[in-house]
Amino acid sequence: MTSGFLAMGGYAGYVWPCIGFSLATLAWNLWSAQRASRAALERARRSIAMADA
Amino acid sequence: MWTWFYRLASPPSVYALSGRLAPWLLAAAACLIAFGLVDGLAFAPPDYQQGDAFRIVYVHAPSAWLSTFAYMLMAVAGAIALIWRIKIGHAVAAAAAPIGASFTLCTLLSGSLWGKPMWGTFWAWDPRLTSELILLFLYFGVMSLRQAFEDPARGDRAAALLAIVGVVNIPIIKFSVTWWNSLHQGATVARFGKPTMVASMLVPLLVMFAGFMLFFVGVLCVRLRAEVLNRERLATWVREAVAT
Repeated sequence: MTSGFLAMGGYAGYVWPCIGFSLATLAWNLWSAQRASRAALERARRSIAMADA
Repeated sequence: MWTWFYRLASPPSVYALSGRLAPWLLAAAACLIAFGLVDGLAFAPPDYQQGDAFRIVYVHAPSAWLSTFAYMLMAVAGAIALIWRIKIGHAVAAAAAPIGASFTLCTLLSGSLWGKPMWGTFWAWDPRLTSELILLFLYFGVMSLRQAFEDPARGDRAAALLAIVGVVNIPIIKFSVTWWNSLHQGATVARFGKPTMVASMLVPLLVMFAGFMLFFVGVLCVRLRAEVLNRERLATWVREAVAT
């Protein structure tokens, strides 16, 4: 049953890479958005510290 | 009403609201995408012509829809910023661009992998495929143009103009399968009559559409906070926001 599911009726070589690309797109979006958010916060903190100094 | 709208669209309000919304939207998106994927991959019946290869639709169609939706949002936000000088519009457009570009790339890759077993080729200069590729180049153009100016305000205006001009490509993507002879199949869900899919195939697809949409809005909120902070980092409200 599991091997039949994984085989995807002979289209496994097409279906699973598509799922992989899509999950990678979702993961990249989440990672890069959080990275941008952290970098912006750090930049803002630096600007405030420079203005206070 | 305009006062309320201007207050809601002010950078401090957008920063606070998007911070509150993002975790809920992303959690709901994760649940819907997990359910839609399991239902679509394991429980939906195989297509009578395409067999199990049709299951690619569960990631391809929501990605394709998001690729055009993000572009429309980017163009509308740019137009609002140009016409009414609401500066949060440029921030929304800048935040939407990389998300839209990534989903356009995902659409092209998944479509290409679907095309090989169905059409016998990874790529054809078909109207739908070509217009989707042009959409990817438009995203790259808008993002590059924004970075190309030393003055960020000029970059924002130029990017908004290009995004607005590029909107002409959206109806071409949508109607290319009806205007020209196309390898690509016609609309199956967004039809004026009934959708052509049976409920057991359609439900996971609609769940995936909802999941991808919530994911997009959630990631947009996170990116928007970063854009707002970058643009307003010398404003007095940022001092309080960063301290908390």
